[in-house]
Amino acid sequence: MTAGDLLPMLVALPLLAAVVPLLVARRSRRLARAATVAVLAAQVALATAVARLVLVEGPIGYVVGAIPAAFGIGLLADRLAVAMAVLVAVAALGAFLGDRSPRTGPELALWLLLVAGLTGVVVTADVFNLYVFLEISGLAAYALVASARGADAALAGLHYLLVGTVGATLYLLGVGYAFVATGTLAMADLAPALAAAGHGSTLVVAAFVLMAVGLGVKLALFPLHAWKPDAYAAAPPAVAAVLAALGSTVAGYALVRVTFDVFTVAFLEAVPTVRTLLLAVAAASVVAGGLLALRETDVRRLLAYSSVSQFGLVGLGIALATPLAVTGALVGLVGHAVAKGGLFVAAGTFARDYGARTVDDYAGLAARTPATGAAVAVLAVSLVGLPPTVGFASKWYLALGAVEAGSWAVAAVVVASTLLSLAYAGRVVERLYLGTATGDGADTATADGRRDGRDAVGEPGTAPGSVPSGEPATTDGGRPFRSPLVVAAVAAALVVGLGLASTALADWFAPVVEGWL
Amino acid sequence: MSELPLGVDGWLAHVVFALLVGVGLFVLIDDENLVKKVVGLNIFQTGVFLFFVTSAYRADGRAPLVAGEGPFVNPLPHVLVLTAIVVGVSVTAVALALIVRLYDEYGTVRLDVIRDARAEAATAGPESTDGDATGGSA
Repeated sequence: MTAGDLLPMLVALPLLAAVVPLLVARRSRRLARAATVAVLAAQVALATAVARLVLVEGPIGYVVGAIPAAFGIGLLADRLAVAMAVLVAVAALGAFLGDRSPRTGPELALWLLLVAGLTGVVVTADVFNLYVFLEISGLAAYALVASARGADAALAGLHYLLVGTVGATLYLLGVGYAFVATGTLAMADLAPALAAAGHGSTLVVAAFVLMAVGLGVKLALFPLHAWKPDAYAAAPPAVAAVLAALGSTVAGYALVRVTFDVFTVAFLEAVPTVRTLLLAVAAASVVAGGLLALRETDVRRLLAYSSVSQFGLVGLGIALATPLAVTGALVGLVGHAVAKGGLFVAAGTFARDYGARTVDDYAGLAARTPATGAAVAVLAVSLVGLPPTVGFASKWYLALGAVEAGSWAVAAVVVASTLLSLAYAGRVVERLYLGTATGDGADTATADGRRDGRDAVGEPGTAPGSVPSGEPATTDGGRPFRSPLVVAAVAAALVVGLGLASTALADWFAPVVEGWL
Repeated sequence: MSELPLGVDGWLAHVVFALLVGVGLFVLIDDENLVKKVVGLNIFQTGVFLFFVTSAYRADGRAPLVAGEGPFVNPLPHVLVLTAIVVGVSVTAVALALIVRLYDEYGTVRLDVIRDARAEAATAGPESTDGDATGGSA
């Protein structure tokens, strides 16, 4: 099997395997779950194998069915794409293991379809197929959000669907304009063809703006962010974790691809208005997301608003378009995915085990679950961007890039984002560790009442609050309690590890970034 | 494909495309009926699909059959639109399924009525319906 054959398997494996849990679940849900875990683990192995090949042989291209790339379906794996593919596989596996609530066959199948769609977005070399994969992942995400019980989830899922579909369709319209301007859809052919059509031409500018706005909806940049908090708060914990880690991250990756591979930096230089607009929207996202997070009391909604702020930073990196800033944006995409995924897994386990949903509910929880509490603290530090975490590396590159480009305003926004995130993430950690234990019992009692009404789907045996902290696993079969802790701990270890190895991470992206700029 | 359909027919097609997109978006945003929102979404998407079809247009072009004589219209956008239609149908199916769930819960497909019901539930018993209260800003 050659390198080229492995590449389509990245998409084909989860896509085809999505049928398996659907069929197996009729016989045994446990078996269906095991099969899903096996596929997700195989996806991690496959993505790692492709990454190793790319490291040795350089970028790998593949054309499905050997139809010329201008008409056919091209796939491309460079260092950036494989890094994202590994991230998708690892985060999906982690989020899946981070919650042990029983899942039906269709939910398991949707989970694999989501991975297939996200991986497809990552490895495609064709702007139209990017739309198709975006919608495959989108559809799976809408359905997964709505898979939680109750009207909340249905309404949040529908809201997400309507907004997300408008975003994807706007992106499609942008693809249409680019196609009319150039007559091709392959990313490699589009770059020179768009330059030939004239970067300043109305058609080309409209194409970029429509594609950027469409992806901006998926990214949840500031004025287009309203779907996110509802969706994350209403989704089942594991789904919230995987979407928080990957949903917007992959859209951010797509925006990077479209900006630098399709339109190229020459377009940004030729049309400064577009660049200014992107900067303004991104800066507004950073500030507005931070302020909204500051005001929020529900932890999952707070984390969702924090994402709005963090993806604003990614947008800043893209708009600045200097090597340092773009590296900062890419490192930020990876770092945010790990940190936010881990935080949502932890939030899920706090909600399930202690009925803690709001910041005030978190008071003193660290004393009861020291390990999870510590993981949350480390992940929050990465969100704020303090050394030695990966969040710091990302903001450091971004700030350096802004200063290097002479954009003091952007540098100020990056610093302001650190202060804002310190305020909202610090509030959570402060409650977690220093929250008064007085009234704790009463809090837990009301929370339990809530929980019984809403979360009866969860493990029936896990009486909330009855489990002593630290050693929760021994009596109730172990894994239902321990797996989220392990996932959160691994995420915390990863943000520190990636932070310490941030130079290596930046070096990994360097050939791709140098190719763009 | 650099030859844009800028004849009178071409302009008309673009006007129709813009109208459909505008009408669809307006209905999607303005109407409180969830089913009509989905219909609006479909009109919006159809407008975009027709834009693709328009881009394939070529004066005196024929259906792109290998046996026939040229010139042909560009077949690629037609293929793209077929794919996009499949995506659109799937989205519609999921949306309608969710609306059925909401209807089962609230007995209405009107968003304003659902909002009122949720607000009422939130004020009536904030303790028991906390989740609804936090989602009330939807």
